[in-house]
Amino acid sequence: MPSIALLTAYAIEAIKQGSAAVGLVSKTHVVLAALKRNAEELGSYQKKIIKVDDHMGVALAGLAPDARILSNYLRQQAMSSKMVFNRPLSLSKAVHSIADKAQENTQSAGGRPYGVGLLVAGYDDSGAHLYEFLPSGSVLEYVGAAIGARSQAAKTFMERKLEDFPDASKEQLIEYALTALRDTLAQDKELNSANTTVAVVGVDQDFTVYDDDDVEPWLNLLDSLANTRNTALKEEDDDEDDDDNDGDKAASAEGQTATAPAAGAGDSSDSGTQPSAESESMDVDP
Amino acid sequence: MNHDPFHWGRPSADTYGEYNYNIAHASNADRSTSTNSEFPRMHTQQPMITGTSVIAIKYNDGIVMAADHMGSFGSLMKLDDLQRIIPVGKSAAVGISGDISDFQYLERLLDDLEIEDSYDMESDNLKADYLSEYLTRVMYNRRSKMNPLWNAIIVAGFDGKGELVLKHVDLLGVSYSSPTLATGFGNHLAIPLLRKKVDSEEDVKKLSKEDAIQTVKDCMKVLFYRDARSWNKYSLCVIEKSTQSIEIEKDVAVEGMRWDFAQHITGYGIPQL
Amino acid sequence: MQKAVPTTEYANEIRNEPIEHRFNPYSDNGGTILGIAGEDFAVLAGDTRQTTGYSINSRYEPKVFSVGDNLLLSANGFAGDATQLVKVFENRLKWYHFNHNKKLETASAARLIQHMLYGKRFFPYYVHTIIAGLDKDGKGEIYSFDPVGSYEREQCRAGGAAASLIMPFLDNQVNFKNQMDPASHGTKKREVRYLTLDEVIQLVRDAFTAATERHIEVGDGLEILIVTKEGVRTEYFPLKKD
Repeated sequence: MPSIALLTAYAIEAIKQGSAAVGLVSKTHVVLAALKRNAEELGSYQKKIIKVDDHMGVALAGLAPDARILSNYLRQQAMSSKMVFNRPLSLSKAVHSIADKAQENTQSAGGRPYGVGLLVAGYDDSGAHLYEFLPSGSVLEYVGAAIGARSQAAKTFMERKLEDFPDASKEQLIEYALTALRDTLAQDKELNSANTTVAVVGVDQDFTVYDDDDVEPWLNLLDSLANTRNTALKEEDDDEDDDDNDGDKAASAEGQTATAPAAGAGDSSDSGTQPSAESESMDVDP
Repeated sequence: MNHDPFHWGRPSADTYGEYNYNIAHASNADRSTSTNSEFPRMHTQQPMITGTSVIAIKYNDGIVMAADHMGSFGSLMKLDDLQRIIPVGKSAAVGISGDISDFQYLERLLDDLEIEDSYDMESDNLKADYLSEYLTRVMYNRRSKMNPLWNAIIVAGFDGKGELVLKHVDLLGVSYSSPTLATGFGNHLAIPLLRKKVDSEEDVKKLSKEDAIQTVKDCMKVLFYRDARSWNKYSLCVIEKSTQSIEIEKDVAVEGMRWDFAQHITGYGIPQL
Repeated sequence: MQKAVPTTEYANEIRNEPIEHRFNPYSDNGGTILGIAGEDFAVLAGDTRQTTGYSINSRYEPKVFSVGDNLLLSANGFAGDATQLVKVFENRLKWYHFNHNKKLETASAARLIQHMLYGKRFFPYYVHTIIAGLDKDGKGEIYSFDPVGSYEREQCRAGGAAASLIMPFLDNQVNFKNQMDPASHGTKKREVRYLTLDEVIQLVRDAFTAATERHIEVGDGLEILIVTKEGVRTEYFPLKKD
């Protein structure tokens, strides 16, 4: 039987097997966008975004059944907060509650860690928040985050647009999220209403998931639905990727003390097991 | 006195005869038993040491609340320096009447809540509306177990938007809000006087802070005159919306009383406070 | 507990019967509610006074709620149970949305409430419950429940303190009971027809002003929630405060 530490590493690896999910935050809104996969032509598309309460929801990458367990747990927590205090569950309380559950699995024998990563998005008393949850039990807040296959490409895009997010409108934010998501596509794929799912929550809007026909208007915001990471951007991207790796080591060396959301620190979760994601994003280049 | 740890404090059976279970209103009181294990688990059937009325009124920029400092054991004045209005977090004050041991239990619950809340919250998140909901749930759950906390509670403070919250919760888990609230005897003696000043939210706008404080002071005097289980020292809690402040003043004394023979008091029998 | 007890400290009379000495977990918080279904709307109204005994707790404590999905819910009786019932229902509704991702039909809401009430058959929610909504054809519907879950779809129903005052009035004015067609010289019953929204609101207001006159636990304010296919809106009318 492999050691628990190894299992946790495998679990984080499982996230990368899952299709990509990205999240972005402005001062007023949080947007989630995810790529749905269907295992075979005849099958249905996998559910990528789960509503937890009127003010929060999650996007997942990895084992969907594990995500169901975690999101149902979050729903219960949110509901009991409503029941006992008539208070919407705060995002930080929510993510820490699943972090504690996940952490126990990394320490106790006989079980296995959750094989899923979550982007937890929500709007509470202290504003809009986006958290990344990993099977290790680590949770970090971000202004932009991406998990799943080829997510590095989305991160690279978001790092470039970082300054625009805080003051972006809801529509702009969705456009950014979809552009980031588009960057994770393989060459022969494109976003469409069947494989794209978008969710928004914010100051004036309850957590709403857009699927199928409902996602069409958002897709129309993009000029092209195919991956446009063409040769013009190639060299610049490669450079940035390299820079990130250096940044990662620095960030993880600091012991992830940063409380302020920073997209740059976001990569720390990938450090150590970088190669597969890297090679995937390399594949994209012709 | 019996010094056995399980019977500590009871009169020794040798001197005073068998312990009388009737004292505790136990349902097996008629059974002649002295073994401790057969003593039934007891729920509160009646309050023991009690605190009397809490009263509160809204004014144009806040809330004034008051409760006296006495804990009575039947007609005995058991405690004379008991603060029954307690601050909870930065946005709420809670006034509690009824059983004092249950009050102290609630005090501990609220303390725990405050500590728990300060662990992972950057800002004060224990708003008055959350608190009143929590207390309503606690009271309702306990009544549903047929083991109530024998109290009536008034929660006053601010919600997340800084708006005023004034709620009453009782031992059955019934909660309601109104611009004037009172528990216990206050419901009969103070509410008519308070409603004379404020009977609706419109009236609230017309009442100044000074007038509200004076009204509450007058009510505390009337309560001291007429409620035999009240005391002339009380806490006065003034909540101000514009400054988001909650101040609790202790040891406020009832002033301007007349205890002369009735015939010597001018105006006795005509309206006076 | 069987005990021989004197009726009072001063009396010689001895009673030999079980004595009741326990906590009473219920209280009656007064108030009245009223639901009427129309052709393409339904209303659920309640007064805003809450009482215990002879005391008025509050002159404005709403007890009719719009719980989402174009559904109105009100439970009248013991206010502690009433709020609990509404809260639990709202939770169950949320889970219904998570699990089924569709609107809860009024008929399904009614069945759910039956189970919630009967689930506490041996420690009941001490409330008279009424829900209002629109059915699949867009027609107004009212369901009313007894405290332990027995329920029925009706055209109209009054519940709570002044139910017995209002209900006969409704029988006559909504279902035209004991009304004859004037043209037939008392040989034919008056045909029932749907009332318009304006007629219903006037009827509700009359019912509550009348109940306020005759019942001490009813008064202060009247809140009428109206559900149509456009959604839910609320109207408030003052009632006498005495």
